[in-house]
Order: sequence, then structure tokens, then C-alpha cells
Amino acid sequence: MNFPRRFLLTLSLAVASALAAAADAPPAGLKAGVFDPPQAAAEFPDGLRASDGTALKLAHYRGKVVLLAFGFTHCPAICPSTLATLAEARKLLSEGGAAMQVIFVTVDPERDDPAHLGKYLAGFDPSFVGGTGQPRALELLRGSYGVSARKLPAADGGGDYAMSHSTSIFLIDREGRLRALMPFGHSATDFAHDVRQLMAAR
Amino acid sequence: MRTPRIVASALGVAAAAGLAWAAFVPPRVDSRDELFEIPQGTWARRMAGDKVDVLPDRIDLALGLNDHLLLRNLDDVPQQFGPVLVMPGQSFRLPFEVASTYSFDCTAHASGQMTIVVADTPATPWEVLRWRWNRMKARMHA
Repeated sequence: MNFPRRFLLTLSLAVASALAAAADAPPAGLKAGVFDPPQAAAEFPDGLRASDGTALKLAHYRGKVVLLAFGFTHCPAICPSTLATLAEARKLLSEGGAAMQVIFVTVDPERDDPAHLGKYLAGFDPSFVGGTGQPRALELLRGSYGVSARKLPAADGGGDYAMSHSTSIFLIDREGRLRALMPFGHSATDFAHDVRQLMAAR
Repeated sequence: MRTPRIVASALGVAAAAGLAWAAFVPPRVDSRDELFEIPQGTWARRMAGDKVDVLPDRIDLALGLNDHLLLRNLDDVPQQFGPVLVMPGQSFRLPFEVASTYSFDCTAHASGQMTIVVADTPATPWEVLRWRWNRMKARMHA
């Protein structure tokens, strides 16, 4: 092999290595907390139903940036605020919003059936997808994302209980890798910023 | 007995000079990461009954200096750090841009809560001194 051919081969290998490394590198400057190295996001266990009644699987949304939230429709403050923020972020992305998918999984399957979830979420954005199912399947899902949830009895002893739960949002890239976690309190601008970064990332 | 007095005076001057340096020289850091690591074998130690605390109940950060919380799991099993589940060999870096008090559910703490207090960049000599003191305390407990 002569020198120019060897040089070109070495150069090609170096470029290929750099591109491969860039593909796994965490996106620079995310507003959210970043996992390094990113790993495949846990697939949803069997038995979860989407708000349209179909089986809910994460793989179905491959190619989109998924924002995965956990909450419940009777939540008085945190969940409505989070969903309103995510709806605003989607609007900020304008045409790019189609590549962003919000999945809101309930921590309160007793009260949140698919139809109720769908109606509730449509009030924020018709593209949002809800998830519910058997308590055991939901518990498994929460465990694989490190999400906590517990029932808080009603103060007056009645049946109108509340739920305490983790409030962070998981950001999953277009290839199904868990890339980041956004704590509660960030603005729609921050979400739009990070979704853009993840859409641009390889 | 002049020697002990001279020594005491010299120590006093040195302490005052140190205090003045700590209060008036702007802090500089090599990295804005505030690192917490779960060492390898932590899970095994917990299973054996050892009480292993990795994260304190309260973490103090300052914008512009140490405002990136960096959590690293060197153990062989997934570990819950406050609100986040970190896989073996993985790290999680959370930047803060707003001074505030952040509370997270954390099953690893007896209180069930972990608090992160993010302060503005220390500007006055008193704030600089307090930041250096807190940092030294954190290093000693690490």
C-alpha cells in the first residue's frame, strides 16, 4: 500500500471513529440533567393501555423525541402545570412539534382509565398520549425509571385521596435512548431548547 | 517572656491574613461539577447491613462556581440518587441556572427528601467566606 492510500485509509478511520463517538456523546448544553453514557430507555411492560385503548409501547414512538411524565388527572397543581408547559413547548417548536411526543403515565389507575385520560390530556394538547393499566404493570414501569408514587389519604377521611409522586420529565431520543431528566419547574422554552437539541443529535 | 507573645502575634496575623484572603480573593474552580460517587460494592455493603450514606440530606451549590450536580454510579447495580436512577457505570449531570431551594423525593434518605440549595454567585466578602467554609465542610465530610 503506497503512502497516499494509507493516509486516506487512516483519515477515513479517524473520521468514522469521530462520528461514532459523536453519536453517543451527550448533547452539549442541555437544560435538563444528562445521562452519560445514554442507555436504552426501558420498554413499557405488557398490560399498559394508551388513552386511545391500544397497547402502549415506547418502541411505537421511535423516530420522535419522547417526553415521559408520570402523574394523575386529579392532581391539583403539579401535573396541570407540567402538561401546560409541555403543550406550550410543543407550540414553540411549531412544525418541529410533530417530532415531539408527550406520554403521560398515570400513577392513579383507580381513577384514570384510558377514556378519562384521553379526555383530560386533549384539554392540553390533542397529540398527548396517556398511559394506564394494571397497578402491577405501572409499578414495574415506575421501578425501571426510578419513579416513586404513593397514595395520600384524604385529610377528611373521605374517598378523595391524593397521590405523591416524582415530578421530573424523562427525555428519550429518537432512537429510544434515555438521554436526560428535566426536574419540575423548568419553562417551556427550556423544554423546546432541549427537544431541538435532541432532534438534531444523531 | 517575649517569645510566646511574638509567636501568638505571628499566628494572629497569619490567621487574619488567611481570613482576609478567604473573604476578598474571588474563588476560582477547575470544574463546576459537584461530584458525588457511589463506590463499587455499595449495594453489597448495604445488603450486609452496613449503613452507607452517599448523598447528604442537603447539598449547597453556588451559581457560576459549583452549579453542576454530578452523580456517578461506580457500583454494579442501578442506584437511586435523589430523583434519578443511575445505571452501573453511568453518570448524571444536572445543571442549575436559577438560585433557589430544590426539594426532591429520595427513598435513600430517612426523611424521604433531599434538598439542594442553589445560591447566587457569592459577591460580598462575607458570601465568599461562607462559600469557602461550606465547601471545606463538604470536602471534609466526603
